[in-house]
Amino acid sequence: MDQTAFPEIPHRHETFTDGIALDCGVMLAPLDIAYRTYGTLNAARSNAVLICHALTGDQYVAEPHPLTGKPAWWGTLVGPDRPVDTNRYFVICANALGGCMGSTGPRSRRNPSSPEPWGIEFPPITVQDMVRAQKMLIDWLGITRLFAVVGGSMGGMQALAWASLFPEAVFAAVPVATAPYHSAQNIAFHEVGRQAIFADPDFHEGFYWAHGVIPARGLAVARMTAHITYLSEAALTRKFGRRLQGGSAMAPVLFGERFAVESYLEHQGSSFVRRFDANSYLCITRAMDFFDLAADHGGSLAAAFRGSKTRFLLVSFSSDWLFPTAESRAVARALNQAAANVSFVEIVSDKGHDAFLLDEPDFHRTVAGFLRGAAEAAGLP
Amino acid sequence: MTEAVPVRFVAKNMRVDLELIAGMIEPGSRVLDIGCGDGALLDHLFRTRKCDARGIEIDMAEVTRAVTHGLPVMQGDADSDLSHYPDDAFDYVVLSRTLQAVERPREVLRQMLRIGTRAIVSFPNFGHWSLRWQLLATGRMPMTTTWGRMWYETPNIHPCTIRDFFDLCAQEGYLVENWLAADEAGRRAPWRRAPLLANLFGEQGLFLLRRDQRPKQP
Repeated sequence: MDQTAFPEIPHRHETFTDGIALDCGVMLAPLDIAYRTYGTLNAARSNAVLICHALTGDQYVAEPHPLTGKPAWWGTLVGPDRPVDTNRYFVICANALGGCMGSTGPRSRRNPSSPEPWGIEFPPITVQDMVRAQKMLIDWLGITRLFAVVGGSMGGMQALAWASLFPEAVFAAVPVATAPYHSAQNIAFHEVGRQAIFADPDFHEGFYWAHGVIPARGLAVARMTAHITYLSEAALTRKFGRRLQGGSAMAPVLFGERFAVESYLEHQGSSFVRRFDANSYLCITRAMDFFDLAADHGGSLAAAFRGSKTRFLLVSFSSDWLFPTAESRAVARALNQAAANVSFVEIVSDKGHDAFLLDEPDFHRTVAGFLRGAAEAAGLP
Repeated sequence: MTEAVPVRFVAKNMRVDLELIAGMIEPGSRVLDIGCGDGALLDHLFRTRKCDARGIEIDMAEVTRAVTHGLPVMQGDADSDLSHYPDDAFDYVVLSRTLQAVERPREVLRQMLRIGTRAIVSFPNFGHWSLRWQLLATGRMPMTTTWGRMWYETPNIHPCTIRDFFDLCAQEGYLVENWLAADEAGRRAPWRRAPLLANLFGEQGLFLLRRDQRPKQP
Protein backbone atom coordinates (compact mmCIF):
# COMPACT_ATOMS: atom_id res chain seq x y z
CA MET A 1 0.00 0.00 0.00
CA ASP A 2 1.19 3.50 -0.86
CA GLN A 3 2.95 5.02 2.13
CA THR A 4 3.15 8.63 0.99
CA ALA A 5 0.76 11.29 2.18
CA PHE A 6 -1.72 12.62 -0.37
CA PRO A 7 -0.65 15.92 -1.93
CA GLU A 8 -1.52 19.31 -0.46
CA ILE A 9 -3.62 21.18 -2.97
CA PRO A 10 -4.91 24.73 -2.74
CA HIS A 11 -8.49 25.12 -1.49
CA ARG A 12 -10.58 28.26 -1.52
CA HIS A 13 -10.57 29.38 2.08
CA GLU A 14 -10.95 32.27 4.48
CA THR A 15 -8.54 32.93 7.35
CA PHE A 16 -9.91 34.23 10.64
CA THR A 17 -6.86 35.58 12.42
CA ASP A 18 -8.61 35.92 15.77
CA GLY A 19 -9.28 32.20 15.70
CA ILE A 20 -11.92 30.28 17.60
CA ALA A 21 -12.39 29.47 21.27
CA LEU A 22 -12.91 25.69 21.42
CA ASP A 23 -15.18 23.88 23.87
CA CYS A 24 -12.05 22.31 25.42
CA GLY A 25 -10.80 25.78 26.40
CA VAL A 26 -8.05 26.05 23.78
CA MET A 27 -7.90 29.16 21.61
CA LEU A 28 -7.22 27.98 18.07
CA ALA A 29 -5.76 30.80 15.96
CA PRO A 30 -5.55 31.51 13.17
CA LEU A 31 -8.54 29.56 11.87
CA ASP A 32 -8.81 28.59 8.22
CA ILE A 33 -12.18 27.57 6.83
CA ALA A 34 -12.07 26.06 3.36
CA TYR A 35 -15.39 26.19 1.53
CA ARG A 36 -17.17 26.03 -1.80
CA THR A 37 -20.24 27.92 -2.94
CA TYR A 38 -22.71 27.20 -5.72
CA GLY A 39 -25.42 29.45 -7.15
CA THR A 40 -25.94 33.13 -6.42
CA LEU A 41 -26.67 34.91 -3.17
CA ASN A 42 -29.72 37.12 -3.68
CA ALA A 43 -29.76 40.81 -2.80
CA ALA A 44 -31.60 40.18 0.47
CA ARG A 45 -29.03 37.47 1.36
CA SER A 46 -31.95 35.25 2.25
CA ASN A 47 -31.45 32.23 -0.03
CA ALA A 48 -28.35 30.65 1.52
CA VAL A 49 -28.33 26.92 2.22
CA LEU A 50 -25.50 25.45 4.26
CA ILE A 51 -24.62 21.83 3.58
CA CYS A 52 -22.81 20.03 6.40
CA HIS A 53 -20.76 17.05 5.37
CA ALA A 54 -20.34 13.71 7.12
CA LEU A 55 -17.26 12.26 8.85
CA THR A 56 -15.17 11.69 5.74
CA GLY A 57 -16.91 14.16 3.44
CA ASP A 58 -15.65 17.54 2.37
CA GLN A 59 -16.71 20.84 0.85
CA TYR A 60 -16.82 19.50 -2.72
CA VAL A 61 -20.50 18.64 -2.38
CA ALA A 62 -21.62 19.39 -5.92
CA GLU A 63 -18.50 19.06 -8.08
CA PRO A 64 -15.91 16.38 -8.76
CA HIS A 65 -13.43 15.70 -6.00
CA PRO A 66 -10.14 17.51 -6.69
CA LEU A 67 -7.98 14.64 -5.44
CA THR A 68 -9.84 11.58 -6.65
CA GLY A 69 -11.76 13.00 -9.61
CA LYS A 70 -14.83 11.13 -8.34
CA PRO A 71 -18.25 12.72 -8.96
CA ALA A 72 -19.77 15.13 -6.43
CA TRP A 73 -20.55 13.26 -3.20
CA TRP A 74 -24.06 14.72 -2.94
CA GLY A 75 -24.63 15.51 -6.60
CA THR A 76 -27.97 13.70 -6.48
CA LEU A 77 -29.28 16.19 -3.91
CA VAL A 78 -27.40 19.43 -4.62
CA GLY A 79 -27.06 21.09 -8.01
CA PRO A 80 -29.05 22.79 -10.75
CA ASP A 81 -32.66 21.50 -10.73
CA ARG A 82 -31.82 19.14 -7.88
CA PRO A 83 -33.81 19.16 -4.62
CA VAL A 84 -31.35 21.71 -3.20
CA ASP A 85 -31.54 23.70 -6.41
CA THR A 86 -28.46 25.82 -7.03
CA ASN A 87 -30.47 27.84 -9.58
CA ARG A 88 -32.55 29.00 -6.67
CA TYR A 89 -30.40 28.77 -3.59
CA PHE A 90 -26.91 29.93 -2.73
CA VAL A 91 -25.31 26.75 -1.45
CA ILE A 92 -22.34 26.85 0.90
CA CYS A 93 -20.35 23.85 2.04
CA ALA A 94 -17.33 24.17 4.32
CA ASN A 95 -14.71 21.61 5.20
CA ALA A 96 -15.34 20.74 8.85
CA LEU A 97 -13.00 22.03 11.52
CA GLY A 98 -10.52 19.19 12.11
CA GLY A 99 -10.76 18.09 8.48
CA CYS A 100 -7.96 17.70 5.99
CA MET A 101 -9.24 19.53 2.92
CA GLY A 102 -8.13 23.04 3.76
CA SER A 103 -9.85 23.88 7.04
CA THR A 104 -7.75 24.01 10.18
CA GLY A 105 -7.11 20.50 11.42
CA PRO A 106 -4.35 18.11 12.46
CA ARG A 107 -2.63 18.56 9.11
CA SER A 108 -2.46 22.35 9.55
CA ARG A 109 0.63 24.11 10.77
CA ARG A 110 0.80 24.47 14.48
CA ASN A 111 2.04 28.00 14.12
CA PRO A 112 2.55 29.97 10.95
CA SER A 113 6.31 30.31 11.39
CA SER A 114 7.16 26.59 11.43
CA PRO A 115 6.24 23.83 8.97
CA GLU A 116 5.33 21.39 11.76
CA PRO A 117 1.70 20.25 11.69
CA TRP A 118 -0.48 19.84 14.76
CA GLY A 119 -0.75 16.14 14.08
CA ILE A 120 -1.95 14.05 17.00
CA GLU A 121 -1.60 17.06 19.30
CA PHE A 122 -4.47 18.92 17.64
CA PRO A 123 -6.85 19.99 20.44
CA PRO A 124 -10.02 17.92 20.89
CA ILE A 125 -12.95 19.47 19.07
CA THR A 126 -16.70 19.04 19.24
CA VAL A 127 -19.50 19.11 16.69
CA GLN A 128 -20.49 22.44 18.26
CA ASP A 129 -16.97 23.79 17.57
CA MET A 130 -17.41 22.81 13.92
CA VAL A 131 -20.72 24.69 13.86
CA ARG A 132 -19.23 27.81 15.48
CA ALA A 133 -16.46 27.77 12.87
CA GLN A 134 -19.10 27.58 10.11
CA LYS A 135 -20.97 30.44 11.79
CA MET A 136 -17.86 32.61 11.50
CA LEU A 137 -17.79 31.92 7.77
CA ILE A 138 -21.52 32.65 7.40
CA ASP A 139 -21.12 35.93 9.28
CA TRP A 140 -18.15 36.81 7.09
CA LEU A 141 -20.29 36.15 4.01
CA GLY A 142 -22.73 38.73 5.38
CA ILE A 143 -25.55 36.23 5.94
CA THR A 144 -27.55 36.74 9.12
CA ARG A 145 -30.04 33.96 8.56
CA LEU A 146 -29.51 30.76 6.62
CA PHE A 147 -32.58 29.66 4.73
CA ALA A 148 -31.64 26.07 5.48
CA VAL A 149 -28.99 23.87 7.05
CA VAL A 150 -28.90 20.39 5.53
CA GLY A 151 -26.68 17.52 6.56
CA GLY A 152 -26.52 13.75 6.90
CA SER A 153 -24.90 11.63 9.60
CA MET A 154 -22.31 13.88 11.30
CA GLY A 155 -23.66 16.62 9.03
CA GLY A 156 -27.06 15.96 10.57
CA MET A 157 -25.55 16.35 14.04
CA GLN A 158 -24.26 19.72 12.87
CA ALA A 159 -27.70 20.68 11.52
CA LEU A 160 -29.17 19.84 14.95
CA ALA A 161 -26.39 21.77 16.71
CA TRP A 162 -26.95 24.75 14.38
CA ALA A 163 -30.64 24.86 15.22
CA SER A 164 -29.85 24.56 18.91
CA LEU A 165 -26.94 27.06 19.09
CA PHE A 166 -28.19 29.65 16.60
CA PRO A 167 -31.98 29.22 16.29
CA GLU A 168 -32.43 32.75 14.91
CA ALA A 169 -29.94 32.04 12.15
CA VAL A 170 -31.65 28.89 10.85
CA PHE A 171 -35.01 29.16 9.10
CA ALA A 172 -35.17 25.47 8.23
CA ALA A 173 -33.09 22.48 9.28
CA VAL A 174 -32.85 19.10 7.56
CA PRO A 175 -30.99 16.61 9.77
CA VAL A 176 -30.79 13.34 7.82
CA ALA A 177 -29.85 9.85 9.03
CA THR A 178 -28.57 11.21 12.30
CA ALA A 179 -29.03 11.16 16.06
CA PRO A 180 -29.01 13.56 19.01
CA TYR A 181 -26.08 11.63 20.50
CA HIS A 182 -23.52 9.07 19.41
CA SER A 183 -24.60 5.70 20.74
CA ALA A 184 -22.39 3.25 22.63
CA GLN A 185 -22.44 0.96 19.59
CA ASN A 186 -21.30 3.78 17.32
CA ILE A 187 -18.53 4.77 19.72
CA ALA A 188 -17.49 1.11 19.85
CA PHE A 189 -17.14 0.90 16.07
CA HIS A 190 -15.18 4.14 16.01
CA GLU A 191 -12.87 2.78 18.68
CA VAL A 192 -12.14 -0.34 16.59
CA GLY A 193 -11.15 1.96 13.74
CA ARG A 194 -8.96 4.08 15.96
CA GLN A 195 -7.25 1.02 17.44
CA ALA A 196 -6.46 -0.20 13.92
CA ILE A 197 -4.73 3.12 13.24
CA PHE A 198 -2.87 3.06 16.58
CA ALA A 199 -1.69 -0.51 15.88
CA ASP A 200 -0.14 0.37 12.53
CA PRO A 201 3.69 0.54 12.99
CA ASP A 202 3.68 3.45 10.56
CA PHE A 203 1.51 5.47 12.92
CA HIS A 204 4.53 6.43 15.05
CA GLU A 205 2.32 7.62 17.89
CA GLY A 206 0.72 10.11 15.55
CA PHE A 207 4.04 11.58 14.34
CA TYR A 208 4.01 9.64 11.05
CA TRP A 209 4.39 12.92 9.15
CA ALA A 210 7.87 13.32 10.69
CA HIS A 211 8.82 9.89 9.27
CA GLY A 212 7.52 10.65 5.80
CA VAL A 213 4.95 7.84 5.93
CA ILE A 214 1.26 7.41 6.64
CA PRO A 215 -0.44 4.64 8.65
CA ALA A 216 -2.09 3.49 5.45
CA ARG A 217 -2.88 -0.03 6.61
CA GLY A 218 -4.44 1.07 9.88
CA LEU A 219 -6.47 3.83 8.27
CA ALA A 220 -7.66 1.47 5.54
CA VAL A 221 -8.83 -1.08 8.13
CA ALA A 222 -10.60 1.70 10.04
CA ARG A 223 -12.38 2.67 6.83
CA MET A 224 -13.28 -0.94 6.04
CA THR A 225 -14.82 -1.44 9.49
CA ALA A 226 -16.71 1.82 9.24
CA HIS A 227 -17.89 1.02 5.76
CA ILE A 228 -19.61 -2.15 6.95
CA THR A 229 -21.60 -0.02 9.39
CA TYR A 230 -22.72 2.22 6.52
CA LEU A 231 -24.33 -0.71 4.70
CA SER A 232 -27.00 -3.20 5.56
CA GLU A 233 -26.94 -6.95 5.44
CA ALA A 234 -29.52 -6.84 2.65
CA ALA A 235 -27.40 -4.43 0.61
CA LEU A 236 -24.24 -6.53 1.07
CA THR A 237 -26.12 -9.67 0.11
CA ARG A 238 -27.67 -8.00 -2.92
CA LYS A 239 -24.35 -6.55 -4.12
CA PHE A 240 -21.97 -9.39 -3.30
CA GLY A 241 -23.66 -12.35 -1.69
CA ARG A 242 -21.10 -15.14 -1.33
CA ARG A 243 -19.68 -14.48 -4.76
CA LEU A 244 -16.03 -15.44 -5.20
CA GLN A 245 -13.34 -13.46 -6.95
CA GLY A 246 -12.52 -15.93 -9.73
CA GLY A 247 -11.49 -19.53 -9.15
CA SER A 248 -13.30 -22.06 -7.03
CA ALA A 249 -13.78 -21.97 -3.30
CA MET A 250 -11.30 -24.79 -2.77
CA ALA A 251 -8.30 -23.32 -4.58
CA PRO A 252 -5.16 -23.86 -2.46
CA VAL A 253 -5.17 -20.25 -1.21
CA LEU A 254 -6.76 -19.48 2.12
CA PHE A 255 -6.52 -15.73 2.36
CA GLY A 256 -6.33 -12.79 0.00
CA GLU A 257 -9.35 -11.30 -1.64
CA ARG A 258 -11.30 -14.49 -2.12
CA PHE A 259 -14.82 -13.12 -1.72
CA ALA A 260 -16.16 -10.23 -3.75
CA VAL A 261 -17.15 -8.40 -0.59
CA GLU A 262 -13.53 -8.52 0.63
CA SER A 263 -12.26 -7.02 -2.55
CA TYR A 264 -14.87 -4.28 -2.32
CA LEU A 265 -13.86 -3.40 1.24
CA GLU A 266 -10.18 -3.51 0.33
CA HIS A 267 -10.87 -1.01 -2.43
CA GLN A 268 -12.82 1.24 -0.06
CA GLY A 269 -9.91 1.16 2.37
CA SER A 270 -7.08 1.74 -0.08
CA SER A 271 -8.79 4.56 -1.96
CA PHE A 272 -9.71 6.28 1.31
CA VAL A 273 -6.09 6.70 2.42
CA ARG A 274 -5.42 8.60 -0.83
CA ARG A 275 -7.63 11.44 0.36
CA PHE A 276 -7.89 11.38 4.14
CA ASP A 277 -5.47 12.06 6.98
CA ALA A 278 -5.29 9.55 9.84
CA ASN A 279 -5.01 12.19 12.56
CA SER A 280 -8.01 13.99 11.08
CA TYR A 281 -9.94 10.74 11.19
CA LEU A 282 -9.04 10.27 14.87
CA CYS A 283 -9.96 13.86 15.68
CA ILE A 284 -13.33 13.87 13.91
CA THR A 285 -14.46 10.43 15.09
CA ARG A 286 -13.80 11.70 18.61
CA ALA A 287 -15.86 14.83 18.00
CA MET A 288 -18.78 12.63 16.95
CA ASP A 289 -18.35 10.42 20.03
CA PHE A 290 -18.56 13.49 22.28
CA PHE A 291 -21.83 14.60 20.70
CA ASP A 292 -24.77 14.48 23.10
CA LEU A 293 -27.17 17.36 22.63
CA ALA A 294 -29.43 16.45 25.56
CA ALA A 295 -26.51 16.17 28.00
CA ASP A 296 -25.58 19.75 27.10
CA HIS A 297 -29.07 20.81 28.21
CA GLY A 298 -29.45 19.14 31.57
CA GLY A 299 -30.48 15.82 30.03
CA SER A 300 -33.46 17.27 28.19
CA LEU A 301 -33.33 17.16 24.41
CA ALA A 302 -36.44 19.35 24.23
CA ALA A 303 -34.54 22.04 26.16
CA ALA A 304 -32.04 22.17 23.31
CA PHE A 305 -34.82 23.42 21.04
CA ARG A 306 -37.08 25.37 23.39
CA GLY A 307 -38.86 28.22 21.65
CA SER A 308 -37.36 27.25 18.31
CA LYS A 309 -39.00 28.88 15.29
CA THR A 310 -36.98 26.70 12.92
CA ARG A 311 -38.89 24.38 10.61
CA PHE A 312 -37.44 20.87 10.81
CA LEU A 313 -37.45 17.97 8.41
CA LEU A 314 -36.06 14.79 9.94
CA VAL A 315 -35.33 11.91 7.61
CA SER A 316 -34.26 8.39 8.53
CA PHE A 317 -33.83 5.25 6.45
CA SER A 318 -35.50 1.97 7.38
CA SER A 319 -32.36 -0.21 7.08
CA ASP A 320 -29.96 2.26 8.75
CA TRP A 321 -28.74 0.50 11.90
CA LEU A 322 -25.97 3.01 12.60
CA PHE A 323 -28.40 5.91 13.02
CA PRO A 324 -31.69 4.04 13.36
CA THR A 325 -35.12 5.59 12.89
CA ALA A 326 -35.75 5.44 16.65
CA GLU A 327 -33.09 8.13 17.14
CA SER A 328 -34.68 10.46 14.60
CA ARG A 329 -38.04 9.78 16.22
CA ALA A 330 -36.57 10.78 19.59
CA VAL A 331 -35.55 14.10 18.04
CA ALA A 332 -39.02 14.50 16.50
CA ARG A 333 -40.64 13.91 19.89
CA ALA A 334 -38.29 16.35 21.59
CA LEU A 335 -39.18 18.92 18.95
CA ASN A 336 -42.88 18.22 19.59
CA GLN A 337 -42.23 18.81 23.25
CA ALA A 338 -40.63 22.13 22.33
CA ALA A 339 -43.72 22.84 20.16
CA ALA A 340 -41.45 23.22 17.13
CA ASN A 341 -42.55 22.79 13.53
CA VAL A 342 -41.42 19.31 12.54
CA SER A 343 -41.82 16.98 9.60
CA PHE A 344 -40.49 13.47 10.02
CA VAL A 345 -40.21 10.78 7.38
CA GLU A 346 -38.66 7.33 7.37
CA ILE A 347 -37.65 6.38 3.84
CA VAL A 348 -37.94 2.69 3.01
CA SER A 349 -34.59 1.53 1.67
CA ASP A 350 -32.40 -1.55 2.03
CA LYS A 351 -29.19 0.44 1.53
CA GLY A 352 -28.41 1.11 5.18
CA HIS A 353 -26.89 4.35 6.45
CA ASP A 354 -25.33 4.99 3.04
CA ALA A 355 -28.82 5.49 1.57
CA PHE A 356 -28.68 9.22 2.31
CA LEU A 357 -25.87 9.58 -0.26
CA LEU A 358 -27.50 7.37 -2.89
CA ASP A 359 -30.25 7.67 -5.42
CA GLU A 360 -33.37 7.50 -3.23
CA PRO A 361 -36.20 9.20 -5.14
CA ASP A 362 -38.57 9.39 -2.15
CA PHE A 363 -35.87 11.06 -0.08
CA HIS A 364 -35.12 13.57 -2.81
CA ARG A 365 -38.80 14.35 -3.39
CA THR A 366 -39.27 14.84 0.34
CA VAL A 367 -36.38 17.29 0.65
CA ALA A 368 -37.47 19.17 -2.49
CA GLY A 369 -41.06 19.47 -1.24
CA PHE A 370 -40.04 20.49 2.25
CA LEU A 371 -37.70 23.21 0.95
CA ARG A 372 -40.39 24.42 -1.46
CA GLY A 373 -42.88 24.72 1.40
CA ALA A 374 -40.30 26.40 3.63
CA ALA A 375 -39.33 28.83 0.85
CA GLU A 376 -42.98 29.79 0.53
CA ALA A 377 -43.22 30.35 4.29
CA ALA A 378 -39.97 32.35 4.25
CA GLY A 379 -41.30 34.49 1.41
CA LEU A 380 -38.45 33.51 -0.91
CA PRO A 381 -39.26 34.33 -4.53
CA MET B 1 -33.33 13.82 -12.51
CA THR B 2 -36.81 14.94 -13.36
CA GLU B 3 -38.67 16.65 -10.60
CA ALA B 4 -42.42 16.13 -10.49
CA VAL B 5 -44.33 19.34 -11.07
CA PRO B 6 -45.75 20.35 -7.71
CA VAL B 7 -49.42 19.56 -7.52
CA ARG B 8 -51.27 21.71 -5.06
CA PHE B 9 -54.24 20.46 -3.16
CA VAL B 10 -57.29 22.45 -4.03
CA ALA B 11 -60.11 22.89 -1.61
CA LYS B 12 -62.79 21.63 -3.95
CA ASN B 13 -61.10 18.22 -3.99
CA MET B 14 -61.15 18.06 -0.25
CA ARG B 15 -63.43 15.59 1.44
CA VAL B 16 -66.50 17.59 2.24
CA ASP B 17 -66.36 16.81 5.96
CA LEU B 18 -62.94 18.47 6.03
CA GLU B 19 -64.69 21.62 4.88
CA LEU B 20 -67.11 21.32 7.76
CA ILE B 21 -64.12 20.94 10.10
CA ALA B 22 -62.31 23.88 8.56
CA GLY B 23 -65.47 25.91 9.12
CA MET B 24 -65.07 25.43 12.88
CA ILE B 25 -61.51 26.80 12.96
CA GLU B 26 -60.68 30.45 13.54
CA PRO B 27 -58.24 31.99 11.05
CA GLY B 28 -54.65 32.30 12.22
CA SER B 29 -54.90 29.61 14.90
CA ARG B 30 -52.49 26.81 15.75
CA VAL B 31 -53.86 23.46 14.63
CA LEU B 32 -52.71 19.85 14.99
CA ASP B 33 -54.42 17.37 12.66
CA ILE B 34 -54.08 13.80 13.94
CA GLY B 35 -54.36 11.23 11.18
CA CYS B 36 -53.97 13.96 8.60
CA GLY B 37 -53.49 11.62 5.64
CA ASP B 38 -51.92 13.45 2.73
CA GLY B 39 -52.50 16.78 4.47
CA ALA B 40 -55.54 18.08 2.57
CA LEU B 41 -56.95 19.84 5.64
CA LEU B 42 -53.55 21.31 6.57
CA ASP B 43 -53.10 22.74 3.11
CA HIS B 44 -56.62 24.17 3.16
CA LEU B 45 -56.10 25.76 6.58
CA PHE B 46 -52.72 27.13 5.59
CA ARG B 47 -53.98 28.65 2.35
CA THR B 48 -57.43 29.92 3.25
CA ARG B 49 -57.08 30.64 6.97
CA LYS B 50 -53.38 31.34 7.46
CA CYS B 51 -53.26 28.77 10.22
CA ASP B 52 -50.08 27.30 11.66
CA ALA B 53 -51.28 23.78 10.91
CA ARG B 54 -49.30 20.60 11.50
CA GLY B 55 -50.08 16.93 11.12
CA ILE B 56 -49.42 13.46 12.44
CA GLU B 57 -50.05 10.46 10.22
CA ILE B 58 -49.38 6.79 10.85
CA ASP B 59 -49.04 5.71 7.21
CA MET B 60 -45.53 6.52 5.97
CA ALA B 61 -46.57 6.71 2.31
CA GLU B 62 -49.11 9.40 3.19
CA VAL B 63 -46.55 11.24 5.32
CA THR B 64 -44.08 11.29 2.43
CA ARG B 65 -46.80 12.59 0.11
CA ALA B 66 -47.69 15.37 2.54
CA VAL B 67 -44.10 16.44 3.17
CA THR B 68 -43.43 16.34 -0.56
CA HIS B 69 -46.17 18.93 -0.83
CA GLY B 70 -44.35 21.10 1.67
CA LEU B 71 -46.68 20.36 4.57
CA PRO B 72 -45.33 19.88 8.10
CA VAL B 73 -46.32 16.30 8.83
CA MET B 74 -44.59 13.72 10.97
CA GLN B 75 -44.99 10.00 11.08
CA GLY B 76 -46.57 9.13 14.36
CA ASP B 77 -49.38 7.47 16.19
CA ALA B 78 -52.32 9.06 18.00
CA ASP B 79 -52.03 6.50 20.78
CA SER B 80 -48.35 7.02 21.56
CA ASP B 81 -47.19 10.38 20.24
CA LEU B 82 -49.60 12.92 21.74
CA SER B 83 -48.07 12.63 25.19
CA HIS B 84 -44.88 14.26 23.85
CA TYR B 85 -46.56 17.59 23.21
CA PRO B 86 -46.67 20.27 25.91
CA ASP B 87 -49.93 21.55 27.41
CA ASP B 88 -51.82 24.14 25.36
CA ALA B 89 -49.53 23.84 22.34
CA PHE B 90 -52.48 24.25 19.95
CA ASP B 91 -55.75 26.12 19.64
CA TYR B 92 -57.41 23.15 17.91
CA VAL B 93 -56.54 19.49 17.78
CA VAL B 94 -58.40 17.66 15.03
CA LEU B 95 -59.16 13.95 14.86
CA SER B 96 -61.10 13.25 11.70
CA ARG B 97 -62.61 9.78 11.23
CA THR B 98 -59.87 8.25 13.34
CA LEU B 99 -61.31 8.00 16.86
CA GLN B 100 -62.87 4.61 16.12
CA ALA B 101 -59.50 3.24 15.01
CA VAL B 102 -57.30 4.19 17.97
CA GLU B 103 -56.36 1.84 20.79
CA ARG B 104 -57.52 4.05 23.64
CA PRO B 105 -60.06 6.62 22.44
CA ARG B 106 -60.71 8.11 25.87
CA GLU B 107 -56.99 8.66 26.51
CA VAL B 108 -56.53 10.16 23.04
CA LEU B 109 -59.36 12.62 23.74
CA ARG B 110 -57.79 13.53 27.07
CA GLN B 111 -54.46 14.17 25.37
CA MET B 112 -56.17 16.23 22.66
CA LEU B 113 -57.78 18.48 25.24
CA ARG B 114 -54.55 18.72 27.20
CA ILE B 115 -52.41 19.87 24.29
CA GLY B 116 -55.17 21.89 22.65
CA THR B 117 -57.75 24.35 23.94
CA ARG B 118 -60.36 22.81 21.68
CA ALA B 119 -60.78 19.43 20.03
CA ILE B 120 -62.60 18.71 16.81
CA VAL B 121 -63.63 15.09 16.47
CA SER B 122 -65.47 13.39 13.66
CA PHE B 123 -66.39 9.72 13.57
CA PRO B 124 -68.69 7.39 11.65
CA ASN B 125 -71.89 6.90 13.63
CA PHE B 126 -72.51 3.27 14.50
CA GLY B 127 -76.05 4.20 15.54
CA HIS B 128 -77.19 4.89 11.98
CA TRP B 129 -80.47 3.15 11.12
CA SER B 130 -78.98 1.06 8.32
CA LEU B 131 -76.46 -0.51 10.69
CA ARG B 132 -79.13 -1.12 13.30
CA TRP B 133 -81.38 -2.66 10.68
CA GLN B 134 -78.69 -4.92 9.24
CA LEU B 135 -77.75 -6.25 12.66
CA LEU B 136 -81.39 -6.81 13.55
CA ALA B 137 -82.40 -8.36 10.25
CA THR B 138 -79.36 -10.49 9.46
CA GLY B 139 -77.79 -11.08 12.84
CA ARG B 140 -74.38 -10.31 11.33
CA MET B 141 -71.94 -7.43 11.64
CA PRO B 142 -73.25 -4.67 9.39
CA MET B 143 -71.42 -3.81 6.18
CA THR B 144 -71.80 -0.35 4.65
CA THR B 145 -69.62 2.04 2.66
CA THR B 146 -68.20 3.42 5.90
CA TRP B 147 -68.07 0.11 7.75
CA GLY B 148 -66.86 -1.81 4.74
CA ARG B 149 -64.35 -4.27 6.22
CA MET B 150 -65.00 -7.63 7.80
CA TRP B 151 -64.99 -7.67 11.60
CA TYR B 152 -61.73 -9.62 11.72
CA GLU B 153 -59.75 -7.15 9.64
CA THR B 154 -61.37 -3.81 10.28
CA PRO B 155 -59.11 -1.11 11.71
CA ASN B 156 -62.22 0.37 13.32
CA ILE B 157 -61.92 -1.38 16.64
CA HIS B 158 -63.85 1.14 18.74
CA PRO B 159 -67.12 1.99 17.00
CA CYS B 160 -69.44 4.31 18.86
CA THR B 161 -72.70 6.15 18.32
CA ILE B 162 -73.45 9.85 18.53
CA ARG B 163 -75.29 9.22 21.80
CA ASP B 164 -72.35 7.29 23.20
CA PHE B 165 -70.10 10.18 22.35
CA PHE B 166 -72.36 12.70 24.09
CA ASP B 167 -72.24 10.50 27.18
CA LEU B 168 -68.44 10.28 27.10
CA CYS B 169 -68.14 14.07 26.82
CA ALA B 170 -70.43 14.52 29.82
CA GLN B 171 -68.51 11.93 31.80
CA GLU B 172 -65.15 13.51 31.01
CA GLY B 173 -66.39 17.05 31.57
CA TYR B 174 -65.95 18.29 28.00
CA LEU B 175 -68.10 21.14 26.81
CA VAL B 176 -69.76 20.44 23.45
CA GLU B 177 -69.49 23.87 21.85
CA ASN B 178 -70.90 22.75 18.55
CA TRP B 179 -71.94 19.50 16.96
CA LEU B 180 -73.61 18.29 13.83
CA ALA B 181 -74.50 15.14 11.99
CA ALA B 182 -73.58 14.68 8.38
CA ASP B 183 -74.17 12.14 5.66
CA GLU B 184 -71.40 10.03 4.18
CA ALA B 185 -70.39 12.71 1.68
CA GLY B 186 -70.06 15.18 4.54
CA ARG B 187 -73.19 17.16 3.74
CA ARG B 188 -74.70 18.55 6.87
CA ALA B 189 -77.75 16.58 7.90
CA PRO B 190 -80.74 18.53 9.28
CA TRP B 191 -80.79 16.87 12.71
CA ARG B 192 -79.09 19.56 14.72
CA ARG B 193 -80.57 19.96 18.20
CA ALA B 194 -82.19 16.56 17.89
CA PRO B 195 -79.52 14.10 19.05
CA LEU B 196 -81.80 11.08 18.93
CA LEU B 197 -82.73 11.71 15.32
CA ALA B 198 -79.13 12.55 14.46
CA ASN B 199 -78.07 9.26 16.02
CA LEU B 200 -80.54 7.43 13.81
CA PHE B 201 -80.04 9.29 10.54
CA GLY B 202 -76.54 10.83 10.69
CA GLU B 203 -73.77 8.80 9.07
CA GLN B 204 -71.09 10.83 10.80
CA GLY B 205 -70.90 12.91 13.94
CA LEU B 206 -68.76 16.03 14.12
CA PHE B 207 -68.04 17.64 17.49
CA LEU B 208 -66.27 20.78 18.63
CA LEU B 209 -65.21 20.27 22.25
CA ARG B 210 -63.62 22.45 24.88
CA ARG B 211 -62.31 21.69 28.31
CA ASP B 212 -65.00 22.66 30.79
CA GLN B 213 -63.44 25.58 32.62
CA ARG B 214 -66.44 26.50 34.73
CA PRO B 215 -65.96 25.88 38.42
CA LYS B 216 -67.47 22.59 39.45
CA GLN B 217 -70.90 22.81 41.19
CA PRO B 218 -70.66 21.99 44.89
